Amino acid sequence: MTFPKGKLIAIMGLSGCGKTTLLRHIGGALKPAKGYVKMDGQVIHELDQDGLYRMRRKMGMLFQFGALFTDMSVFDNVAFQMREHTDLPEEIIHDLVLMKLHAVGLRSTFNLMPSELSGGMARRVALARAVALDPMLIMYDEPFAGLDPISLTVVGDLIRRLNDALGATSIVVTHDVQESLKIVDYVYFMANGVIVAEGTPDEIRASDEDFVRQFVHGEIDGPVPFHYPGGDYRQDLNLRD
Amino acid sequence: MPATKTIKIVGRRTINAVWRIGMAARFFFLTLLYSGSSFRRFHLIIKELFSTGVMSLIIIIVAGLFVGMVLGLQGYETLKRYGSESALGVMVALGLVRELGPVVAALLFASRAGSAMTAEIGLMKATEQISAMEMMAVNPIARIVAPRFWAGVISMPLLAALFSAVGVFGGYFVGVVQIGVDEGSFWSQMQAAVDFREDILNGVIKSFVFGTAVTVIALFEGYDAPPTAEGVSGATTRTVVTSSLVILMLDFVLTAIMFRGN
Amino acid sequence: MERTTLDFWVGIFVVAGVAALVMLAMKVGNLGTYNMSDTYQVHAYFSNIGGLKPKASIKSAGVLVGRVTDITLDTERYEANVVMSLDKRYKFPKDTFANILTSGLLGEQYIGLMPGGDSEMVKNGDVMKHTQSAIVLEDMISKFIYNKAEEPAKSK
Repeated sequence: MTFPKGKLIAIMGLSGCGKTTLLRHIGGALKPAKGYVKMDGQVIHELDQDGLYRMRRKMGMLFQFGALFTDMSVFDNVAFQMREHTDLPEEIIHDLVLMKLHAVGLRSTFNLMPSELSGGMARRVALARAVALDPMLIMYDEPFAGLDPISLTVVGDLIRRLNDALGATSIVVTHDVQESLKIVDYVYFMANGVIVAEGTPDEIRASDEDFVRQFVHGEIDGPVPFHYPGGDYRQDLNLRD
Repeated sequence: MPATKTIKIVGRRTINAVWRIGMAARFFFLTLLYSGSSFRRFHLIIKELFSTGVMSLIIIIVAGLFVGMVLGLQGYETLKRYGSESALGVMVALGLVRELGPVVAALLFASRAGSAMTAEIGLMKATEQISAMEMMAVNPIARIVAPRFWAGVISMPLLAALFSAVGVFGGYFVGVVQIGVDEGSFWSQMQAAVDFREDILNGVIKSFVFGTAVTVIALFEGYDAPPTAEGVSGATTRTVVTSSLVILMLDFVLTAIMFRGN
Repeated sequence: MERTTLDFWVGIFVVAGVAALVMLAMKVGNLGTYNMSDTYQVHAYFSNIGGLKPKASIKSAGVLVGRVTDITLDTERYEANVVMSLDKRYKFPKDTFANILTSGLLGEQYIGLMPGGDSEMVKNGDVMKHTQSAIVLEDMISKFIYNKAEEPAKSK
């Protein structure tokens, strides 16, 4: 699959089908057994540690539950990468951090600790942190998991707007079909580690493939069975006729 | 075949143990390798010194006082039988400076600061903070582990010295103020018998070694913990158990090297 | 927490720890009372040193004047060669007696110096000629038992 520049792409699939694993491959946290991930002309798993770290500075990632550093304030969380990777003076960092926080609507929370934030707010702070260094690739791992409907719409809208504002490429891994179909440009469906379907949101909605239909409409039985495959039910209950 | 099964279990346990020791050694080496940046940004170490050193102060001082007082009481009871109560100062001071100061302070440090370190790092791992840091191209060993390691290594000898000093005063309080052992002989015999290089410096070296061992164990257990609630709580328990055993074993080895032949 | 409060507490911790170390060294240990730099060395030969050990104290009239620094066996005389470091402030006549004494019945052994009347003082590297060896408790006891055993034979 390819992720062209400036586009917002969703990867959908069942729990445990390899979506998060795919993100880890892109981030270079895992080495692929087969195949390769190429970004900006370079194969990720062939880079050495320094090269990988240079490459990661061009990436931003939003983790499933935000993964804010619990021992730092909101301000320090967003400032973290600027302090680690740049020699910017503290006044400029201060202004940049407030701008990033303003973009997610949480400018006045800068001196709170992550434990004082609600789940939705923490997710938005994490989003501000992910784009702190204006990355060219932003990855979102389940950005909608565990959010109330309002926060969910807010986060979805932010993802779209940040992507367009930065001109970056975004990859959203999710199983929230409705929200992601609203915002993305293109969708890949994965099952058992391989792509089973792809298309724009309109194509997906109109698709008549069994798997896609079951997934999009949330049907109980279909190509993905309700029962875990196993022996005969009657036999397991020791019934004989 | 129960016999072969037992042997298999022994074999697997041994392989696992050796493997973990190797991982811990590699982890220790990496920590040392990436320590440079934490010295360039010393405020990172200062922040950790607060949570390891300052937060352990109260338990160390209170425990030191009581251990010293018990030593004074028990030492007096024993020495009285031989009519040498005046040697109470020697007994209290040597006992604290050589053994009890470094060992008990290290045991308390392992259960106070070590377990907190394991839990903190284990939780950071469970909530993906460590992965997040790696994705931000920041080495978590350099940024999270190394400052905590050096804070532990720096604070342990200071805590042990505080423990011994407070303990000597505890012994003084019980022996001289309460029981009435002669104050002059308490201090002068102590000063005559306690050698700076032989006793005090060796005690400091001991606590330095214990501090290194406890911090490495605590950090490794946290870093290696399965990223679940049970994983972190199990790792915290293992930190306290393993570091207590390692402290006592190392103490025997160090004592055998330092104080043999006199 | 604010950076400055953090610095303050860590500062208190470090100062307290270092103060405890200094207190241990000066008040509990011997660093405050005994300084090795201003000393001179004197030898003495003993036929038996008993339980004397390096770093044992050397006293004259009960005052600490130095420490034993080295004990070796002289294979020409088959006597113990004890090197004593004495404080430069204290000079002793050449015919000073060096005795190995015990503090209390079971206490540590130390060297007691009994000054003589010579007008010449010992210098660095000199040998104290008058020595008295340690009293070994076992010898005394066996002597005592031996004497007791002989008594009835005499009375007959």
